[in-house]
Amino acid sequence: MTTDFIEPTIDWAHLAPIIAVLGAGVLGVLVEAFVPARSRRVVQLVVTALGIAAALTAVVVLWPGVQESGGVRIVGGTVLVDPFALAVQAILLVLGIFSLLLFADRSSGDDAFAPAAAAVPGSAYEDLARAQGVRQTEAFPLLLFSLGGMMIFASTSNLLMMFVALEVLSLPLYVLSALARRRRLLSQEAGFKYFLLGAFASAIFLFGVALMYGATASVDLAEIRMSIARGDETAVGGLLMVGLIMVIVGILFKVGAAPFHVWVPDVYQGAPTPVSAFMAACTKAAAFGALVRIVVVVAPTLGIQSAALAQGFEVALWIVAILSMLVGTLVAIPQTDMKRMLGYSAIAHTGFILVGVVGLFLSADIRGFSGLGVRSTLFYLLAYGVATLGAFAAITLVRETTAAPVLTTTAGAGAEGGTAELGGEERKEDVRESTPILGEATHMAQWAGLGRRSPWLAAAYSLFLLSLAGIPLTGGFIAKYTSFQAGIASGATWLAVIGVLTSVVAVFFYVRIIVLFYFTTPDEESTDHAPVKVLGMGGPAGVTVVVCAAAVIFLGVFPSPVLDLVAQAAKFVP
Amino acid sequence: MELTHYVVLSCILFSVGAATVLLRRNAIIVFMGVELMLNATNLAFVTFGRMHGDLSGQVIAFFVMVVAAAEVVVGLAIIIAIFRARRSVSVDDVDLLKS
Repeated sequence: MTTDFIEPTIDWAHLAPIIAVLGAGVLGVLVEAFVPARSRRVVQLVVTALGIAAALTAVVVLWPGVQESGGVRIVGGTVLVDPFALAVQAILLVLGIFSLLLFADRSSGDDAFAPAAAAVPGSAYEDLARAQGVRQTEAFPLLLFSLGGMMIFASTSNLLMMFVALEVLSLPLYVLSALARRRRLLSQEAGFKYFLLGAFASAIFLFGVALMYGATASVDLAEIRMSIARGDETAVGGLLMVGLIMVIVGILFKVGAAPFHVWVPDVYQGAPTPVSAFMAACTKAAAFGALVRIVVVVAPTLGIQSAALAQGFEVALWIVAILSMLVGTLVAIPQTDMKRMLGYSAIAHTGFILVGVVGLFLSADIRGFSGLGVRSTLFYLLAYGVATLGAFAAITLVRETTAAPVLTTTAGAGAEGGTAELGGEERKEDVRESTPILGEATHMAQWAGLGRRSPWLAAAYSLFLLSLAGIPLTGGFIAKYTSFQAGIASGATWLAVIGVLTSVVAVFFYVRIIVLFYFTTPDEESTDHAPVKVLGMGGPAGVTVVVCAAAVIFLGVFPSPVLDLVAQAAKFVP
Repeated sequence: MELTHYVVLSCILFSVGAATVLLRRNAIIVFMGVELMLNATNLAFVTFGRMHGDLSGQVIAFFVMVVAAAEVVVGLAIIIAIFRARRSVSVDDVDLLKS
């Protein structure tokens, strides 16, 4: 044994995308501490945007070289930079930019996050903070940390690294979920539920890692595969299988697959809408990245060593895929809350993506794995991501208001007694008549007649719903088509048939909402719900809606460049 | 003493923790269940490390401890926020989000 210190070699260039995002996150924490409150928001926005942009640039620059070499292992083999990892990172970063726009949106005059998250909802302290116009910007570094964790999650084959990445991506999300500016009780509840169930799932994941370590003396998937291939007695025994199943359960929880989906509707409904959007699009992409990697690395060898084990595995994935499609579709039908409906739709889409993953699994032991499964998963994640982000962005623009204009006092007024307490500066009273913009109008009845009131927004939202339903000429159609194609090509024909059938049922509830927009007159007399005010599309959220709508059409009409690109990503470091 | 006993013990502790999460109503107790699960995992890692004569099992236990500590910070913050708003930490009382 040597006592000399061996300097680790770190390939910084290949690590650049992850470092850019996490580094910008750390910088954001410093900005919180040292930049004066007045200019903090602008600085935060610039730091966050530059971090994501730099990471995206790094991914693009790295792509040709990595594509040629097939990928490298860096940092002692814990981080993989292969075409698949870079593709997932690129998808995450693109969706991350849209999420950032939603986080930064102030179309309603305020952002989506609480002025004083620690204050008791409805307390005098909170009212004071609100009246003072206090605004927090911690959400931006939290977004970056979460995004960084997601990027690592999909680009490692080391299970310990995967666990740490899982926590790095989850912990900021728990906090973000509880930070809503309005309906704070719901938001705290969402954070609470997400946290308890998420911590439970990561504990299960971790115990699975421990069992796999016990069976194979390694936490690296490549070495685990070797010991399966060697046919070690413990490796192909129960210990490894139980461990593998627990690891996959932990990941299926994160993607929100049934029967591990109970948190999804609650959290999507309660969390601030930008956070729901970010979770729906990005968490799914990262977790599917990890799932695909595990399946691709372990499945082929498992199939060769023990056909029975591989078959059991396959059956389990079938059940999860079918359950997700059925639960997501059927329970979405009676929903009356827009965000909750999108939550159930997310579960159904998890099922559809799993069809592609099952395709990957089935083809794995026969002729190496086919690129079809990887291609369909990546394309689906992108198409679903833009559609769901756009839908959530549209929801942030449809707000509740009061029936009659009220006298409001803005900025600092009515809080003379407490100005010093919050350390804010004195501001002039400004009393005027206006209709205040309240929380989001998430009840479907409030969206009736949106087509007349706000034709562009209604058209964009309809487009997102059609894409989620998988109607031709939208990205969702191509995504579903490639996913089912991958399933059928590898023999999972029945799974694809169930997928098509549930898609048909799903069309019903998506189209029902479109009918609501264009063919239902709003009930003006009804006092069940607050009246609705639709905000202009000039702000960042409006831009997100427009860009996502364009992306949905582009992916639907000219899918081949993107499909070719993601097909090239079906390369993994051995 | 047989090393397998430690593995069995860690499985028992893990099951106790999981049962606590699923059965108890008090959020703090539920949270303790999660911590018990993580620590059971640590015991398993250390034991397996010893069995294989491999140090990484013990190193992993340190990683897990750090992550568990971070999780406590976030979790307790959320639980306290809930408690201050509702004067209750029962997981059954937190039910506004039901369709």
